[in-house]
Amino acid sequence: MAVLLAGVIAVITLVSMYLFSVEAWWMPPYISEYGQAYDAHFHLTMIICGIIFFLAQLGLAYAIFRYRDRGQKVSYSHGNNTLEVVWTLATAVLFWGIVLWGTHIWASVHLEAAPSNAVQIEAWGQQFAWYFRYPGPDGKFGTIKPELMKESSGNPLGLDLTDQAALDDVVMPIVAVPVNRPVELILRSKDVIHNFFVRELRIKQDLVPGLENRLHFTASQTGRFEVPCSELCGLGHYQMRTFLDVKPEAEFNSWLQENAPQY
Amino acid sequence: MSHASGAHAVHAAPTGFIWKYIFSLDHKVIGIQYYLLALTAVWTGMILSLYMRLRLAWPSAELPLMGGIMTPEQYIAMVTMHGTIMVFFVLTTAPMGGFGNYILPIQIGALDMAFPLLNMLSFWVTFVAFIVMLSAFFVTGGAPTSGWTGYPPLSAVGEVAGPGLGLGQTLWIVSIALFCVGALLGALNFITTTLDLRTKGMTLMRMPLTVWSWFITSILGLLAFGVLLAAGVLLLMDRVAGTSFFIPGGLVISEQIISHKGGSPLLWQHLFWFFGHPEVYIAILPGMGAVSHILSTFARKPVFGYKAMVLAMSSIGAVGFMVWGHHMFISGMSPYTAIAFSVLTLSIGIPSAIKTFNWLGTLIGGKIRLHTPMLYSLGFVSLFVTGGLSGIFLGQPSLDLYLHDTYFVVAHFHMVMGVAAIFGIFAASHFWFPKMFGRMMSEPLGKIHFWVTFIGVYAIFMPMHYMGIAGHPRRYAETSGVEYLGALQPLHVIITIAVIVVIAVQFVFLFNFIWSLFRGEKASINPWESTTLEWTVPSPPPHDNFGGKLPVVYHGPYEYSVPGASADFIMQTSTEKVPDHH
Repeated sequence: MAVLLAGVIAVITLVSMYLFSVEAWWMPPYISEYGQAYDAHFHLTMIICGIIFFLAQLGLAYAIFRYRDRGQKVSYSHGNNTLEVVWTLATAVLFWGIVLWGTHIWASVHLEAAPSNAVQIEAWGQQFAWYFRYPGPDGKFGTIKPELMKESSGNPLGLDLTDQAALDDVVMPIVAVPVNRPVELILRSKDVIHNFFVRELRIKQDLVPGLENRLHFTASQTGRFEVPCSELCGLGHYQMRTFLDVKPEAEFNSWLQENAPQY
Repeated sequence: MSHASGAHAVHAAPTGFIWKYIFSLDHKVIGIQYYLLALTAVWTGMILSLYMRLRLAWPSAELPLMGGIMTPEQYIAMVTMHGTIMVFFVLTTAPMGGFGNYILPIQIGALDMAFPLLNMLSFWVTFVAFIVMLSAFFVTGGAPTSGWTGYPPLSAVGEVAGPGLGLGQTLWIVSIALFCVGALLGALNFITTTLDLRTKGMTLMRMPLTVWSWFITSILGLLAFGVLLAAGVLLLMDRVAGTSFFIPGGLVISEQIISHKGGSPLLWQHLFWFFGHPEVYIAILPGMGAVSHILSTFARKPVFGYKAMVLAMSSIGAVGFMVWGHHMFISGMSPYTAIAFSVLTLSIGIPSAIKTFNWLGTLIGGKIRLHTPMLYSLGFVSLFVTGGLSGIFLGQPSLDLYLHDTYFVVAHFHMVMGVAAIFGIFAASHFWFPKMFGRMMSEPLGKIHFWVTFIGVYAIFMPMHYMGIAGHPRRYAETSGVEYLGALQPLHVIITIAVIVVIAVQFVFLFNFIWSLFRGEKASINPWESTTLEWTVPSPPPHDNFGGKLPVVYHGPYEYSVPGASADFIMQTSTEKVPDHH
């Protein structure tokens, strides 16, 4: 029984580690400036946790096997204070070290402001769709009013057309951004909490009604990337999905022009 | 400080079925009532998870009782009810209300809990809470669909936001509030009992680690459930009284303007997780206590670092109140606080690691008897390590930027507060069954149940880590809505098959439990050759626990294999000498 249990624990450990190491199901390649640091820190954490996992599980398996009841004499001991201090300090250094080591990624996402030349886009969530608003040629987001928010009349974000600044705002169901240009998203919600997540950017952020959460990034590769809602928002949560289209700058500009409103 | 049990804990043995078994004041009967409530709840929660898994593996299959194909809202309702029932009515109820109630007074040499009437009330309030929770399935619109975390505005604005968010959601809140009342009364009772009713010689540092774990858990409960109760009342007011604690202005839901204004959705998250994170430790600490106790008993060796274990559990409890923000890294709260919360969160890894080291230290040099309670305890250690390590990822806001709300989180908390805690309950069930019911549970059946469950839970939850790393969001009714999730569908099928096998083998546990009640081998007073006070009294113990003669304690709880002793264990009540190890 002891041999079997030790063996099963060892096999579970090795199979799990193998499946992590071959990266059979994994993140897609990154396309943002955070990606390299993120992946490096993810791997570092994975390696440290992998070593702890291996040592702890195999230590457990070894103890079960080695000290199974064969009528041997038990060594009577209530512990060892030196050992307690040593492993307390060792874990403290390791765990605090790893979290502080990785904090620069968080800082670059959230403590650094978006560059002043960032393209500003409002990202709106609603049950169960996305809308993205570009300020248009005037560079200003026009006034919006909740009472005007009517998808049925083609004004899902409630643009107040009596405001000049609103007339050129572009509202789209997907988000296009120019490649290699900083982008700042202003995340807002009409109803409940949603979440903007792009795997390739390595970032996610809630859209909270009443708040204007911000997120900035620079996409370095063109292409189309999925944006699945990642905060439970109701029955259609699983199909609240849009796309991030990273386009060459010229293509992005013409896309904006093509979709400019005609009032 | 310790003194003889107060006379106020004594009450006459009841006569008549109702006073003996239904409205009993006896902590032992109440403990069994709590345990049976948790057993009912765990089967309910498990059947819900089976439906969820079937839906995920085969989205277009027609399922019984669903009236055809399960709808996405039915799926989310099951997610919500599964989580709520498991967290509150299983993981909080069985370890504390069940085993804590039954065992704690006996282990400290008390005749009963400090407040027997309050104890009975705690149970019945919890029972009513469970009935109210279940009733949410049967009202118009069905069970709530806002998750066990009940985030507003989804949970606050009513049916306009979706099915289940009407009466079902209101009943959910009422049930949670009632549960909080029951848990608060229970926590008060446990704290008072531990502090005031210890028998002669039962100093704090002679208490079994089980008692320490229940004591610390009760303090957590007292501080945490009060906050959830308040939050629940505020949410209820938002729903039924027109207040706006959690609902901001300007909401437009399905083109309807919501008239509330001025509330904050994040306020709920702070209040909820101020409760919610300590709740994780409320679920797992009693398991840690039971496992420490059982490892020592079956390794025939004192617990390695008893004082370190007490300190570790205390610091897990204390720091556990300062880490709630790690559930909110991506919510929009200040990014500076995220850094503080992350350092505090990783700090909890330190006492957790101490406990793991000490468990291994207890085994090393021992003489391990692999009875069923020991198998579950060893399984607990393995699962706790696995589940704890994914916390190192999630506790870092930098990594949470990707992993938050993915299946990686589902894998993490199921491993550590789900199945590890459940393994603690299984270990405790097999360990104390002889004491509680006077008969042994079947060892062969227990072992079959252990093996399939242990391998099975790894097969269920390991793949979820991979799904999370691949970016699979949680609480998705199916994978059809997102293209990249298609590649993960085979994992859903594998997990569901593992779930079916694991659920099937739970019938073995149920059968073992019921069969052993009537046909199990008669249990002796001390079948496991353990040292604590419950093993000095008959199985099951008499109404007043000690037959009118209070025990006197001379030793700590883990004197195994003392050199020169007459047996390889020395009861806490024995006057035999043990070497001073301090």
